[in-house]
Amino acid sequence: MTNSWIDIKNTDCCLIIGSNAAEHHPICFKWVMKAKEERGATIIHVDPKFSRTSARSDFHVPLRSGTDIAFMGGMIHYILSNNKYFHEYVNDYTNASFIVNSRYSFNNGLFSGYNPRTKLYNKADWQFETDANGRVKRDPTFRHPNCVINVLKRHYSRYTLQKVSDITGVTRENLLKVYEAFSATGRRDKAGTILYALGWTQHTVGVQNIRTSGIVQLLLGNAGVAGGGVNALRGEPNVQGTTDHAILYNVLPGYLPVPRANMQTLEEYNKLSTPVSNEPESVNWWQNRPKYTVSLLKAYFGNNARSDNDFGYAWLPKADPVKSESEGDYSYMYLYEKIMRGEIKGGSIWATNPANTLPNTNKNREALSKLEFLYISEIHHNETTDFWHGPGMDPKKVKTEVFLFPSCHRAEKEGSISSSGRHILWHFKAVNPKGDSKPMGQIMIDIMKEVIRLYKKEGGAFPEPIVNLNWYRSYDAELIAKRCNGWFTSGAKKGKQLNGFTEFAADGSTASLNWLYAGTFTDEENRMKRMSLEQTPLQKAVGIYPKYAWVWPMNRWILYNRASVDKNGQPWDPSRTIIRWTGSEWEGDVPDGPAPPLGMQGGKNPFIMLKDGLGQLFGSGLVDGPLPEHYEPVETPVRNHGFSGQLTNPCAKILTGDTDKIAQPNDPRYPIVLTTYSLTEHWCGGSETRNVPSLLEAEPQLYVEMSHELAREKGIANGDAVIVESIRGRVEAVAMVTVRITPFKIQGKTVHLVGMPFAFGWTKPGIGDSTNRLTLWAGDPNTSIPEYKACCVNIRKADSVTELSDTPVQEGPGH
Amino acid sequence: MKLTRRELLAVAGAGAGAVALGGLGIHHLITESYSKKLKIRGAKEVISICPFCSVSCHFIAHVKGGKVVSTEGDPGYPISQGALCAKGATMLSMINSDHRLVKPKYRAPFSDRWEEKSWSWMIEKLARRIKDTRDKHFVTTNAEGKRVNRLDTLFHAGSSQMSNEEASVVVQGMRALGIVNIDHQARI
Repeated sequence: MTNSWIDIKNTDCCLIIGSNAAEHHPICFKWVMKAKEERGATIIHVDPKFSRTSARSDFHVPLRSGTDIAFMGGMIHYILSNNKYFHEYVNDYTNASFIVNSRYSFNNGLFSGYNPRTKLYNKADWQFETDANGRVKRDPTFRHPNCVINVLKRHYSRYTLQKVSDITGVTRENLLKVYEAFSATGRRDKAGTILYALGWTQHTVGVQNIRTSGIVQLLLGNAGVAGGGVNALRGEPNVQGTTDHAILYNVLPGYLPVPRANMQTLEEYNKLSTPVSNEPESVNWWQNRPKYTVSLLKAYFGNNARSDNDFGYAWLPKADPVKSESEGDYSYMYLYEKIMRGEIKGGSIWATNPANTLPNTNKNREALSKLEFLYISEIHHNETTDFWHGPGMDPKKVKTEVFLFPSCHRAEKEGSISSSGRHILWHFKAVNPKGDSKPMGQIMIDIMKEVIRLYKKEGGAFPEPIVNLNWYRSYDAELIAKRCNGWFTSGAKKGKQLNGFTEFAADGSTASLNWLYAGTFTDEENRMKRMSLEQTPLQKAVGIYPKYAWVWPMNRWILYNRASVDKNGQPWDPSRTIIRWTGSEWEGDVPDGPAPPLGMQGGKNPFIMLKDGLGQLFGSGLVDGPLPEHYEPVETPVRNHGFSGQLTNPCAKILTGDTDKIAQPNDPRYPIVLTTYSLTEHWCGGSETRNVPSLLEAEPQLYVEMSHELAREKGIANGDAVIVESIRGRVEAVAMVTVRITPFKIQGKTVHLVGMPFAFGWTKPGIGDSTNRLTLWAGDPNTSIPEYKACCVNIRKADSVTELSDTPVQEGPGH
Repeated sequence: MKLTRRELLAVAGAGAGAVALGGLGIHHLITESYSKKLKIRGAKEVISICPFCSVSCHFIAHVKGGKVVSTEGDPGYPISQGALCAKGATMLSMINSDHRLVKPKYRAPFSDRWEEKSWSWMIEKLARRIKDTRDKHFVTTNAEGKRVNRLDTLFHAGSSQMSNEEASVVVQGMRALGIVNIDHQARI
């Protein structure tokens, strides 16, 4: 989230799209309701299905899953063609005036520079024109045909109400209702927020879905302000923190790019990973990246990381460079391919249930049986721990050796977690772990301790990174938290904790496991434990609690808050002040840097993490285009969408092997769109919540929600057992015939959509098995996040079922 | 008389009950508050965080005799203000669940059952597997002759259920082994 949970109360218009916040982040919804009740905010829910979020909104707008860019592109067109944008903000704080390279083009769905062999773009044509000093050329009059705002206008001129309505299934009346209500916030005294979740990310155009909200919020002057922002309601319990700490192939902690084979030395790494800006008003914060990289290496390898050995940079593994859709991608999507091909021998699966929650589950379950060994850390048995005796498996033929470690509950260990609002909060240990269970951190430390011992004793392949590791005797969350914060390794302050990331150095005199967490744990206190509700009147008005735990970065509650004030540092809207320039300093929230406002001597641009410091209406950061463009999901009920001849994302990552069949567009065998979602009463794959009797009683079995119209067409009654089939698999479910889902009118024809939860699995007999046997391995080109939210299926009444029983059994294997 | 925060809440609740139900001569809420007070009397209050969704609602665990005897939302957490959803409300039974894994278990190749093992047996056997695999498959250069120093044949998956400190040590350890196939719930 750019803003905070509480900050939602400050909004005048809340657009919830790609999220069912009331059911999946239930407690946050009080802040949405507060905005509605106390400010009279308009709440809009755009989602394929009517839910409890819709019920509390001013209006619900059903949209065919996978058509969000058409919907939002229509809004961009509406804002630009009706002059609804916030002129002063757009002029001063975005790159609207930048002149795009004259070679840039967009023809029939493809941007210039596309290579069909690699499915990648050469981005040279997407850059801006520069002058002799390397500064970007601008036209503040907005007359130049290639200045960003005109490129934007041309691009979205195709997104007419008629075309958008035809493909999304949203009526023109509903489109206008949303566009008018939201674009009314394009004024200095109004703020609008956008809340999204997995309903936006889980598409082959996921990141570009989110880009559309970035563009809209910049045009309306809603980025950086109270009651505004682009707010990802992150799904998992500590997915924010574990992303910050980089349990991901493509980054190291603190969003440092993973070293690749084309970065052989630290110098090459720094050169390729550190942006250079020639704009004097740009802070270009990532120019500090080398300091964070060296400090991480110092924390990893301690005194063994020295300037004369590149701080141990050679000891970090180097991934292959990105050369095509799949080369250089080490995500789940390609991991399971490699397992199937026998290239992977073993691995660890910790507190995640891929045999239930990854797409095309039949394949993933088979893949696990091809491994030599697997070590799992879990709190309950689930479909992954017990895959070897699951449906269709003969244990006597499965060679995989499984080590199953019992991990403990959060209340049985201490440590910190980071909420969606980047709020780093300490959890205390209430009791000892149950039985012989242990914290996952302890398990990792014990495994590595033994590996280090073996390498020290026996030697082996490339032992340096292992024997030189700055490792731990036991799991001490406070000690690790201190190391995350960082400390001085030499000089007068040697051994002292860092106070913040401005103290980092690239010469090895500082060490930190994660620069973003600098400031969490100083010599004075563990700030994550703070629970004071003390506020200044200004902080109270907008809901900032600077002494309650700590927010990254630097305890800043609202990112890019320098965009909430005009060039003289005065708030656009004084009733919603988050920072204000007093004439000599800033007051309110922690500002994005101490520099004076942009209009003053030494003033800086507001978007400090961006190279040029200005909001990017047009930008070359993404793999699949400088501007979002509508493409259909990889499995789609239509043959053409009317915006271009390019039906699906030309950069989408798609697996097409024998085990990964994809239905052709508009395949008559699979005419129905399936979307999947979570439940209030179950958590994701359900392996914890299914074992709580009251939650299983509330949501006992796998169901499929469908409209009355579809049910009539198929001769299905509410409560019937049905078979849902895609080209990849079949699933049994109970029919839930409901008015919450209505048929869509797409290009004049009826298209049906059904929805299914995915929290059920065979280890609780009779409740149903993995919905993801239906979904497909097609991923976003930027993130490789699979397209769970849209694939094509068919549905029929079942003659008999084996996965569902009338009285689901409460206890499963392993009990 | 000095009241603790809990006792103060109980008294306040009893007062409201007396007003609301006084006319009927039945003081349900007084009775209820009293019994609640008994259950958590003398219990230590420890703040933890619900392990679901990213609102990160705090809950108070009441601990007595080394056991969690009650859980409730934490009114001091400014975001939830004491509220919990259906999942958060089951924290007590989730922590104390008899279904939880409490012993290390091992499944041998081609076996049809789990065997309970000791931690040291598990760690030693696994560390040996990891080392043997690493020694056998470690690659120092890629197809283009560039130095890569990595282990392609092992992977790591999960987890967003970890605390920050756990995630930090897991990533440090996996990278030290040379593992590049690393992923977790941020991508699903």
